[in-house]
Amino acid sequence: MTDSQAASVEATVRRRSRTGQALRKPGFMIGVGIIGLSTLLAIFPSVFAPYDPNFIDYNAVRQPPSWAHPFGTDLLGRDSLSRVIWAYSVNMQMAVFATVFAFTIGVVVGALVGYYRGVADMIFGRLVDAIITFPFLVLVIAVVAVLGPGLVNMYIAITVVGWVYYARLMRAETIAQMGNDYAAAGRVMGYSNARIIFRHLLPNAITPVIVYWMTDMALAILLGSSLGYLGLGAQPPQAEWGVLIAEGRNFITTAWWMSLMPGIAIVLTGLGFSLIGDGLADLLRPRG
Amino acid sequence: MLETILAVKNLSTTFHRGGLDLPAVQDVSFSVGRGEVLGLVGESGSGKSVTLRSILGLARRYGTVTGEVLWQGQDLCSAPERTLRQVRGRDIAMIFQEPMTSLNPLLTVSLQLTETLRAHTTLNRAERKKKAIEMLDLVGIPSAASRLGDYPHQFSGGMRQRVMIAIALAANPKLLLADEPTTALDVTIQAQILDLILDLSKRLDMGVILVTHDLGVVAQTCENVAVMYAGRIVEQGSVRQVLRAPLHPYTVGLMRSVPEDVPPRTSLHSVPGTPPSLESLPRGCAFAPRCQRAESACHTQRPTLTDVSTARRVACFHPFETEKEPAA
Repeated sequence: MTDSQAASVEATVRRRSRTGQALRKPGFMIGVGIIGLSTLLAIFPSVFAPYDPNFIDYNAVRQPPSWAHPFGTDLLGRDSLSRVIWAYSVNMQMAVFATVFAFTIGVVVGALVGYYRGVADMIFGRLVDAIITFPFLVLVIAVVAVLGPGLVNMYIAITVVGWVYYARLMRAETIAQMGNDYAAAGRVMGYSNARIIFRHLLPNAITPVIVYWMTDMALAILLGSSLGYLGLGAQPPQAEWGVLIAEGRNFITTAWWMSLMPGIAIVLTGLGFSLIGDGLADLLRPRG
Repeated sequence: MLETILAVKNLSTTFHRGGLDLPAVQDVSFSVGRGEVLGLVGESGSGKSVTLRSILGLARRYGTVTGEVLWQGQDLCSAPERTLRQVRGRDIAMIFQEPMTSLNPLLTVSLQLTETLRAHTTLNRAERKKKAIEMLDLVGIPSAASRLGDYPHQFSGGMRQRVMIAIALAANPKLLLADEPTTALDVTIQAQILDLILDLSKRLDMGVILVTHDLGVVAQTCENVAVMYAGRIVEQGSVRQVLRAPLHPYTVGLMRSVPEDVPPRTSLHSVPGTPPSLESLPRGCAFAPRCQRAESACHTQRPTLTDVSTARRVACFHPFETEKEPAA
């Protein structure tokens, strides 16, 4: 067998083993299952929901879980299961939109300040210090208070605060990658700075940021629900888990299902993202 | 005398850390001719690598670089980044010590090879691929065409260094800066890589500056050599002259440290003391505190690099005799 044949066989074995490794990680697969199902519910809520989530039935107010209404009904007689399912589209949307812009901005800014250092990096450092001093939620609420409540403003607020966490991570990883000679090699080959940053350093530095992104999606759902609960995020009558919990809070002793069911949805989805993040951290870890 | 392609004049590089000035390279001058292999020798921290990086303008981001680096009548030291980017890779290429990290682990060898070609040549896609295969072939990678799609981790250390050389030479540079290219490789591979660099230098008529701390490597490969100590060149000349009759006490010390004709189980000769730290260089000759020939003047005045004979220079008040073989 020639060298090249040996190499290609080796490559195949490596590739197969990585997929195989993913399949053998139960935590990761459970996470993928939960998020896969959640995504399905989010995209096709009308297929899965037994009722119209906004259909009001005054003859069936605050019904406990039954065969007709597995999650019970709320104070206007709306089917809780249908509302929890419809809320998937809102809350899964949160997981994406509250994080994807922060992720993008953070990765780019982090790579740039990590590469160029200097004054920009010092200013960035002070900015990070200033922002992480405050609890995340407090800052987001402050921004929403300025912009006004609503989903879009909530995304803006979370992005304005959240990108810093991504940028900090990306900066550190970029600096670590620059210790490798291929970065210096890029410079001595006469490549442009942009080429070195975005083609060579960024792909090598981004792995931990992606892992953090997964975890952050869970946090974004939690944060979005919290703001919904406080009346700063999604607005009623829109079905959103935080809003649903808020609607049920006055009846927690008599109609517990109104708040419990969306709460379980939050926990499950959060768990799903965390399991994926954890699994990815293992799978993407570079190996010799 | 060979046609000079690179002339370095009074190059100094100073880093600034916490209010301190760290003169990593001071007043270094040398030139490289077409197809010449110049050795730059010295122990760790003597400024060899910084000198190389200063030539390509990689050091000026981190410190102050003064002096002249003349390349085809142009001073690279004062040239704008844009000009330097043209020179880097196309005219002057560089290879590194650590082949394990000098390739991007995420891109195939083919992509990394053609990237250089795209930056510096007008070849089209098919031509670039052809050239890439040609380069891998040139550096002695077996069945080059079939290995284009491979990733760096599929190559061994020596093979990676070959790939690195192929990438560096893809755009036909006239000068190769080799920063300890064999230090991280095992001995048999070292010899192969050195032979390869030598062979390519001859075939492509390319100048090479070979940084190393291995005098054996210098003896094998270089025509001329410059010995550096604490950021300065202390002795310069042809390899034959310098290794046969070293003038500077430091060079003599280095030569005596080479394990040659020593009976087994005897301790090797070593130069007493350690190199001075850059923060507190002695006022006089930097080597004086470790030098057995030093006299009071050596501690207060710095000897300048002066011509002894043609292309033979030494910076010492009390050099060993030129004619006589030094007592070894």
